[in-house]
Amino acid sequence: MPCILFEPFSRTPDFLEIMITKQFKRHSVLPGFGLTLSFTLFYLSAAALIPLLTLFWRTSAMDWASFLRVLGSPRTLAAFKLTLMTSFLSALINGAFGLLVAWVLVRYDFPGKKLADAVVDLPFALPTAVAGIALTTLYAPNGWFGKCLYKLGIQSAFSPVGIVIALTFIGFPFVVRTLEPILQDLDVEIEEAAFSLGAGRWQTFSRIVFPMLLPGLLTGSAMAFARALGEYGSVVFIAGNMPFKTEILPLLIMTKLEQYDYSGAAAVASAALLISFILLLAINFLHAWSQRYQEV
Amino acid sequence: MNKSKTIEIQKARFSESPWIKRGLIGTALFFLGIFLFGPILVVFLNAFGKGIGPYWRALTEPAAISAIRLTLWVAAIVVPCNLIFGLAAAWAVTKFNFFGKKILLALIDLPFTVSPVIAGLIFVLLFGARGIFGPWLQAHNIRILFSVPGIVLATIFVTFPFVAREIIPLMQSQGNEEETAAVILGANGWQTFFRVTLPNIKWGLLYGVILCNARAMGEFGAVSVVSGHIRGLTNTIPLHVEILYNEYNFTAAFAVSSLLMFLAFVTLVVKHWIERRSRKEYCGL
Repeated sequence: MPCILFEPFSRTPDFLEIMITKQFKRHSVLPGFGLTLSFTLFYLSAAALIPLLTLFWRTSAMDWASFLRVLGSPRTLAAFKLTLMTSFLSALINGAFGLLVAWVLVRYDFPGKKLADAVVDLPFALPTAVAGIALTTLYAPNGWFGKCLYKLGIQSAFSPVGIVIALTFIGFPFVVRTLEPILQDLDVEIEEAAFSLGAGRWQTFSRIVFPMLLPGLLTGSAMAFARALGEYGSVVFIAGNMPFKTEILPLLIMTKLEQYDYSGAAAVASAALLISFILLLAINFLHAWSQRYQEV
Repeated sequence: MNKSKTIEIQKARFSESPWIKRGLIGTALFFLGIFLFGPILVVFLNAFGKGIGPYWRALTEPAAISAIRLTLWVAAIVVPCNLIFGLAAAWAVTKFNFFGKKILLALIDLPFTVSPVIAGLIFVLLFGARGIFGPWLQAHNIRILFSVPGIVLATIFVTFPFVAREIIPLMQSQGNEEETAAVILGANGWQTFFRVTLPNIKWGLLYGVILCNARAMGEFGAVSVVSGHIRGLTNTIPLHVEILYNEYNFTAAFAVSSLLMFLAFVTLVVKHWIERRSRKEYCGL
């Protein structure tokens, strides 16, 4: 599920008891079932389902030829490719550094640890537009980091590199917040056993600890990937937005809308949404897999 | 719990050598510094770079004030709506068993998978000039798109799961015994909710509301599709930031951004505080 990271209570240790109390009776003496469920369904339909269905309705009103013409056009394909590539790269970076940061935050003590832990959530709390202009200022050719990268021959802002940077920022908390509770629940005894049987530290990590973290790592990275696919606010400023080069999917949808090409926008959006849904299924599967060590 | 675990691991004989440890901590802090502290510093340095005078002027010019007012209005409408939805959904999902519950839960998560731009797009397809209701709305002279109702609708779409997602796991973990006891002892539904359920979930609820509020005030993609960017009329704070930035008015853009940065800080501090508080209450049981 894409948002377990927002649950401040996911760290409570008593998982088993929660699982047991969840199995409550089918017939409840509590009142309010009709009222709350009907309100929930009404609100959900009015605010989300009906609007979302119009998107697919609008797309299905197109014939196949024009649908494929929109999706198959070089500009759309380039945007799909760029979005998938940059999102994937940022998910990889987040996987590696998220694992490192989660490990350091759970296992070591150092000055400023509390501050570091608190600031990990910043990308969730900070509006994307602010992230966008701040990152652009940092990585522009005359920015603090942009200057250094330019000397190394890397153009950071207004290039795909900039998009990867923005997407990395946006997706960073996912991996850390998925791995932290798993790392905390790991039994130290297992590592001790490996040590007493003669395994080196690296051997213990790569053969014992890492395989137990892997499902969580994949879940977190997949969440970061899914978030990156749809990200708009932080990317538009840093990307430069040149068609074929640095135009991501959400921006292409935006451009089509500004040209009143509603059908084209709907077609691209439907395809993008389909990818997101498939990814969501994969995440749910991964999440179930990552829980297997926690419930025993 | 966290602390004792760290100590326990440090005492263990098999821990990493101090140099590897320092290297790992250093790399992690370097990454955090570049990616998280860098943007924070840039916002404040640029906002106050030309002194407090220009900062204050950027916040008090008419366009900024109307953007702040609109953002507060939108949040004042959206957050209570989503609060009521969250409570109703959580009550229905956690107190009863019914067919299709898992599907309902999945649908509540829907906005997390939909790109903000697509969230805006669907309302354009509904209410835009060439949308389904567009001609009818025009004939009756009702404006939804490029005005406040459109912004509210798009923001609701993006933010409605936040409260529900926060309290559903909490209410699930608390079970039904207390409420059932209250009802058997003769309390009616509202009494049960206000006297039994609400005190149990207040911290999670507060956090959900604060997250929902932060997202509602900061939403950019969805709102930018439906707002039409009319200065002084349909500009929210994030859209105002975008306009200022694109006009190369960097000091003003960062000054207005600093407001949103403060909002993010408040969100983080409250999150931290509630986490500690709920852990304490849990241990006290």
